[in-house]
Amino acid sequence: MSTPETPTTDAELEGADPTAVPADARPADLQDERLIASSQGVGGWASATWGRLRSGDLGSAPVVIGLILIWGVFYALQPAFLSSRNLVNLTLQMVAVGTISIGVVLVLLLGEIDLSIGSMAGLSAAILAVLFVSKSAGVLVAVLVALGAGAVVGLVYGFLYNRFGVPSFVISLAGLLALLGLQLRVLGSEGTINIPFESSLVRFASQQFLPAWLAYTLAILAPAVYALSAIRRNSRRVEAGLSPTPMSQLLLRAVGLAAVLVVVVAVLNRDRGVSIMFLVFLVLVVIMDLAIRRTTWGRSVMAVGGNVEAARRAGINVKRIYLSVFTLCSTFAALGGIFAASRLASSNQSSGGGDTNLNAIAAAVIGGTSLFGGRGSAYSALLGILVIQSISNGLDLLSVESNVKFMVTGAVLLLAVIIDSVSRRSRAAHGRA
Amino acid sequence: MTTTSPAPVLSMTGVSKRFGAVQALKDIEFSVESGEVVALVGDNGAGKSTLVKAIAGVYTPDDGQVVFDGSAVEITSPARAQELGIATVFQDLALCDNLDVVGNLFLGSEVVRNRALDEITMEKESWRLLRELSAKIPSVRIPVASLSGGQRQTVAIARSLLGKPKVVMLDEPTAALGVAQTAEVLNLVERLRENGLAVILISHNMSDVMAVADRVVVLRLGRNNGEFRVADTNVQEIIAAITGATTNAVSARAARKAPQEEQS
Repeated sequence: MSTPETPTTDAELEGADPTAVPADARPADLQDERLIASSQGVGGWASATWGRLRSGDLGSAPVVIGLILIWGVFYALQPAFLSSRNLVNLTLQMVAVGTISIGVVLVLLLGEIDLSIGSMAGLSAAILAVLFVSKSAGVLVAVLVALGAGAVVGLVYGFLYNRFGVPSFVISLAGLLALLGLQLRVLGSEGTINIPFESSLVRFASQQFLPAWLAYTLAILAPAVYALSAIRRNSRRVEAGLSPTPMSQLLLRAVGLAAVLVVVVAVLNRDRGVSIMFLVFLVLVVIMDLAIRRTTWGRSVMAVGGNVEAARRAGINVKRIYLSVFTLCSTFAALGGIFAASRLASSNQSSGGGDTNLNAIAAAVIGGTSLFGGRGSAYSALLGILVIQSISNGLDLLSVESNVKFMVTGAVLLLAVIIDSVSRRSRAAHGRA
Repeated sequence: MTTTSPAPVLSMTGVSKRFGAVQALKDIEFSVESGEVVALVGDNGAGKSTLVKAIAGVYTPDDGQVVFDGSAVEITSPARAQELGIATVFQDLALCDNLDVVGNLFLGSEVVRNRALDEITMEKESWRLLRELSAKIPSVRIPVASLSGGQRQTVAIARSLLGKPKVVMLDEPTAALGVAQTAEVLNLVERLRENGLAVILISHNMSDVMAVADRVVVLRLGRNNGEFRVADTNVQEIIAAITGATTNAVSARAARKAPQEEQS
């Protein structure tokens, strides 16, 4: 019954030495003959990006398009919207909720949620005001105690989650009420504590701006650092026998980034300039982005968000990851509360109330962080809060009542979640995670 | 049928595990030496997966002793199992769909340089490892979700070898693979043995078992039900032990045929 093919097949199997590396001049990562997207240069990059968008890997495309639309509409209705003065206001307004949103991105990456961020921000604002104003403690002490309160609350959440397996949804819902109660108790009978306008906190949040030369220097320096590190990475990749990122693509990105930053700085400098508080927010976003993408901790967070069981079996201390993320989220919420109190120069019973909570969550989702875990980036906090705050700011300029404001923000959030769900389905159909 | 080598790298005695009213494992004896491929076989529900998970640290046994490398140990967590040098490729592969191939390969044992992930070293190492396995993976920078079943299996096996383990457990490694890839995995198992690793192979596929295993351990309904040297046994004998049918028409006929085959 032996067929003539059998010997050849055997010979082929024997002959295929698995350790033999193909003598190919191409880099190790471009040797597979099935790789279609191997065309180099700007053209290849553009077509690869287009293909990714079409298959539902939208990244930040919808939010950038949405932002342009929103700005266009508001500019048409009220030209003052895009004035330097209003844009500087916008940068000041978005910092507090944006900072809270960084923490939300982290919990969403795990596929969890924290609904008590608003209350946490309110509590931290109350602690700050009581210590700084009523007890006349130093700024540093007040800020550190407020941040510490956030960390403790996050640790408690993490402990409850790890120890009892209570869904984070329920833990933080309980926290929402408990922290609100704590906030009212800390504030005491007065209910409102005003922070003096002359204090360093208020000056930091509303009056301190970068000198023009420094802002421009930073706007050039950041892309330069990016380009330099990319070039260094490229040379290491070539050394390791891997394909480098094409130089043209790299330069295009760096120059593009520099152009955007310089234009932003130029526009802002026509009024007061780049706020130091805004710069702190940007730096926090960049730090968290690096932490997520470039550290073992960040990789573990993404793994836990993608497949908890796989992460556990890979030896990742899953409980520690949950604990660290809940702690960071509450701490960012506390920091957001400090920024908010400093900017408004007061802490009262409604600090952190109202739409703070949902705006922070909406910002993270609108920015492109998935509610389902494992996908997203720290930049979605920046992009998302830019959208939310633009809507809020624009509607204020048009003197629209807050009932309409809430409805519009709700509709935008719904739209963002729909885009998230649809692109998730499309990604599955196109074989992308 | 006792072990000839004085020190098996992993040996378990009297291991039991209960899930509520179900006795999943009862007084299991199991050992594996360096440079040996032991096949663990049994019907569905025989307790293979439970035993594998007990070795991998996913479950902690209720009873029993585990000796690894000559000293009594308790494998309390997957991290502990890895630390000891036990690598496992689970049937469900346990890959993170949202991470790329490099991220999955090095998950839990990332290479760090200047306190940041060293993506370049990891990518280079990934290609080396995958080439060694003759793996056909177009790019290591695509999410694992976009790979085929065989490619995902390859990634999972490649990952188990990163930590320089002493024991490698493969749970149904060829279940989802094509002909060439199956041959490749079996070749790979041979190579693992040549490198002095102890390999535990869980499989339903008797031809795979007979092709690469040195010894076959049969589980049936959570208990040991026989242990065979592949050199001195045949498929019928193993299947009889798996099904518990020691005297049925098939095994009787096989027994009659066996002497004839030896003569021919």
